[in-house]
Amino acid sequence: MTKQLLTLRVNGEPRTVAADPHHTLLEVLREELGLTGTKHGCELGECGACTVLVEGVPVLACLTLPALVGDADVTTVEGLATGESLHPLQIAFAEEGAAQCGYCTPGMLMTAKALLDATARPTRAQIASAISGNLCRCTGYTAIYEAIEKAATRS
Amino acid sequence: MSEFSVIGRRLPKVNSWAHLTGQARYADDLFLPRMLYGRLLRSTRPHARIRRVDVSRALAHPGVVAVVTGADMPEKMGIMPSTQDETALAVDRVRYVGEPVAAVAALDEDTAFDALSLIQVDYEDLEPIFTIEEALEREDVKIHDEAKRANVFKEVHLSFGDLEGGFAAADHVRDDWFFFEGNTHAPIESHSAVASFGADDKLTLWTATQVPHYLHRELEKVLGLPRSRIRVIATPNGGAFGGKSDPFGHEFAAALLSMRTRRPVKITLDREEVFYAHRGRHPVKMRIRTGVKKDGEITAVHYQSWLDGGAYASYGIATTYYTGALLTVTYRIPAYKFDGVRVYTNKPPCGPKRGHGTTQPRYGFECQIDKIAEDLDLDPLEYRKSILQPANSRTVNDLRITSMGLGECLDSLQRATRYSERRGQLGRGKGIGLAGSAYISGAGLPIYWNEMPHSGAEIRIDRGGGVTVMCGTSEIGQGSDNMLASVAAEALGVMPADVHVVSGDTSLAPVDLGSYSSRVTFMAGNAVKDAAMKLRALLVAAAAEKLEVPVDRVLAAYGRLYDRADPAKFVTFADAAVLAESKHGTLVAAGSYKPPRGIGGSFKGAGVGPTPAYSYQAAVAEVTVDMDTGMVTVDKVTTAHDCGRALNPANVEGQVEGSAYMGYGEIIGEEQVFRGGLHKKPSLLDYKIPTSLDTPVLEALIVESVDEEGPFGAKEAGEGPLNPVIPAIANAVYDAIGVRFDETPITAEKILNALGKRDRRGEQKTRIGPDGLDAGKGDPKRALRRLTASTDARDRRRPVS
Repeated sequence: MTKQLLTLRVNGEPRTVAADPHHTLLEVLREELGLTGTKHGCELGECGACTVLVEGVPVLACLTLPALVGDADVTTVEGLATGESLHPLQIAFAEEGAAQCGYCTPGMLMTAKALLDATARPTRAQIASAISGNLCRCTGYTAIYEAIEKAATRS
Repeated sequence: MSEFSVIGRRLPKVNSWAHLTGQARYADDLFLPRMLYGRLLRSTRPHARIRRVDVSRALAHPGVVAVVTGADMPEKMGIMPSTQDETALAVDRVRYVGEPVAAVAALDEDTAFDALSLIQVDYEDLEPIFTIEEALEREDVKIHDEAKRANVFKEVHLSFGDLEGGFAAADHVRDDWFFFEGNTHAPIESHSAVASFGADDKLTLWTATQVPHYLHRELEKVLGLPRSRIRVIATPNGGAFGGKSDPFGHEFAAALLSMRTRRPVKITLDREEVFYAHRGRHPVKMRIRTGVKKDGEITAVHYQSWLDGGAYASYGIATTYYTGALLTVTYRIPAYKFDGVRVYTNKPPCGPKRGHGTTQPRYGFECQIDKIAEDLDLDPLEYRKSILQPANSRTVNDLRITSMGLGECLDSLQRATRYSERRGQLGRGKGIGLAGSAYISGAGLPIYWNEMPHSGAEIRIDRGGGVTVMCGTSEIGQGSDNMLASVAAEALGVMPADVHVVSGDTSLAPVDLGSYSSRVTFMAGNAVKDAAMKLRALLVAAAAEKLEVPVDRVLAAYGRLYDRADPAKFVTFADAAVLAESKHGTLVAAGSYKPPRGIGGSFKGAGVGPTPAYSYQAAVAEVTVDMDTGMVTVDKVTTAHDCGRALNPANVEGQVEGSAYMGYGEIIGEEQVFRGGLHKKPSLLDYKIPTSLDTPVLEALIVESVDEEGPFGAKEAGEGPLNPVIPAIANAVYDAIGVRFDETPITAEKILNALGKRDRRGEQKTRIGPDGLDAGKGDPKRALRRLTASTDARDRRRPVS
């Protein structure tokens, strides 16, 4: 298959790559742009590990074709911090031990960011609902809830 | 004020920051120059002879660089040296659907995938065996020709004390059958390995493994390359839970493909492949007979287990022993007999999953203890407290017990949940249940016999006061890197964030046997403490000389070595390091740990069960059963865990909560089940691991028994806390609806069956579970026909570009 030129706006930066048109946003981010912070867990839309934000909305990068993203803003875990300042979610996740193996963490953080951007003080039930598409096999979710709640009080 | 500056504090893990910024480099995140992409061709047959493998069309496919098959690596391998029955890729026979047969390396992954369908494998189907009963009966079908009796992989019989006398002295004997369904780890990261064989004839393998050292040994054996030319680097594992502790076909295939091409080769499994790679929880049938006096004192236990091992050995010999070994360490048992049988079946191999082999018997035994308490009209919590195995004792099967906090776990649960007052009082459909358990802080023996340390660590202090810890442990998300940093920091008087950790690298770090059997905190923790204390002595002496105070007045904390009598008098850690290096030369120290002798018996089979310290735990589950739909909602699980000492309470709680979550998944619906050798649900959509909306409220209570031999008193926390959760939920369901679930998982369908709501007959049951071994069930020939039809259809559908 012939590669096609593609320009994406990722973490505020315009990036032009040549990619197979059938390759997913996940593949392009990881393999063409070197943004390996976004994880693949199933490549079937089941686990949420590949969650990124497109115009602030969580999407599964493994089910998204880059062509459909166009010039919309894509935010990955690498774009979560601002300069030297980590996002309050990143600090709270560290403090609460909300990342154990860390593999679901980038997707979890992006989903949590979208939640906090829309709902400044979410209830526990709202958090549980928001992250229900992000599977974590390590924590039992308790520390993740606590971290998101803590970040909410700080942002 | 605490006697510690690091231990006991809720400090962020040192490796958190990489996790939280996307900078952690897992195996699949590695992209090397000129790297090729590999894929495995897997068997579509549960049991077949391989007549011929023709790779010529695949090799001719544009973009394919190399293809290897089983014949290229015929050497037998496997994690346990005494039972090696696998090859990296199948040689002349396949024994389960999904077994790797060949591997392709190509310029990109799509090409590698396409090339798989160009490999022609000529199979001659053999009759498959899918159940424990068939495996025990069928002498005419041998999955492994070496099996002496039918398809029995291992049979063990151990007897301790006067069993007959014990049962004769009993006032009451319970005889119960149980079945524990198999399930799998399902880490979010699938297995991945990158191999690079250079012009210097040296191989580097980056891989998501829990056991870099054991893999190192197997690579030498299979590849015929001296171990001195192989470097294994365990990348951070994105979850493992026991599922990455075998040597796997894709690791050898990546290595060999790299050797053939002299280019880096990456093989990452897809999600479906992970379900077939498996090595998870064995399905186990159990019969437990327990004799008790009127007051509940146990007089004898006869425990029997039949394990469905799948197609290969994996850790099976240890798993078999583990089903019987640890039942004795919680409650006093004066006479004990254990019979265990593990059989081969044509399904993916089972192996170790969190709680390895002890989870299934603990489930059965704690359900039975609940029944005994009811039979004798005893409160299940008080009853358990009245029969506790004492601290500093030996069990009937000669296991040494040191610190023992199960009583405190039960007390703290009673305080937190008011279990005893609430049991039986919550009304129909609501219930509360309890169970206890124990686990090892590392296996007492290594997998291959040797006299060397189980764990080694090396610490280097640089001229700027930087501390680097090197240890062969594998970071699998359990927090081992942080544990190493914390123990070293406490001993040296710096903070964990000042410590650099190099782990899981066979070239840079001394051997640690691996992240299995919950051994890392105890064993690697002691090794790194040993190394740190040697350096501390040099630093303290240098500081004492500078401060002109006696050595025993110098303390180290927060980057300073100071006079205890006058903390304003201090030298900085960096200055002390310069003084010490000036006096003693380069500041490097090694430490090691080996469990003490005499922690177990000397009979055949005594190698499995001993540990330097047992962790203890108990759980209370609160459930609601919907009487119309049969849905079980677990409202809350409270787990109390005796971890000796919590080196980092936040991390201990994380392990306890994560264990409760995983146990909840196992009892409420996860199952690794097959139809004619095909996995029924090899995806995360169908194999339902609990989401945030399913998971109960989880609470962790830490009990600290401060073990004398543990590093700063610590014991394990990563596995034991899973065990009590499963029987606690089963006992809670009984409390809710009066039905005993003597098999897992407890599904809505089974609940409705018990309530008489599944069909028109409306027959109610008080128990769901097996009554014995089944007579050889099912028709394997029919299953095989169905399977062949479905895989043939799949072959036809596969696109070739």
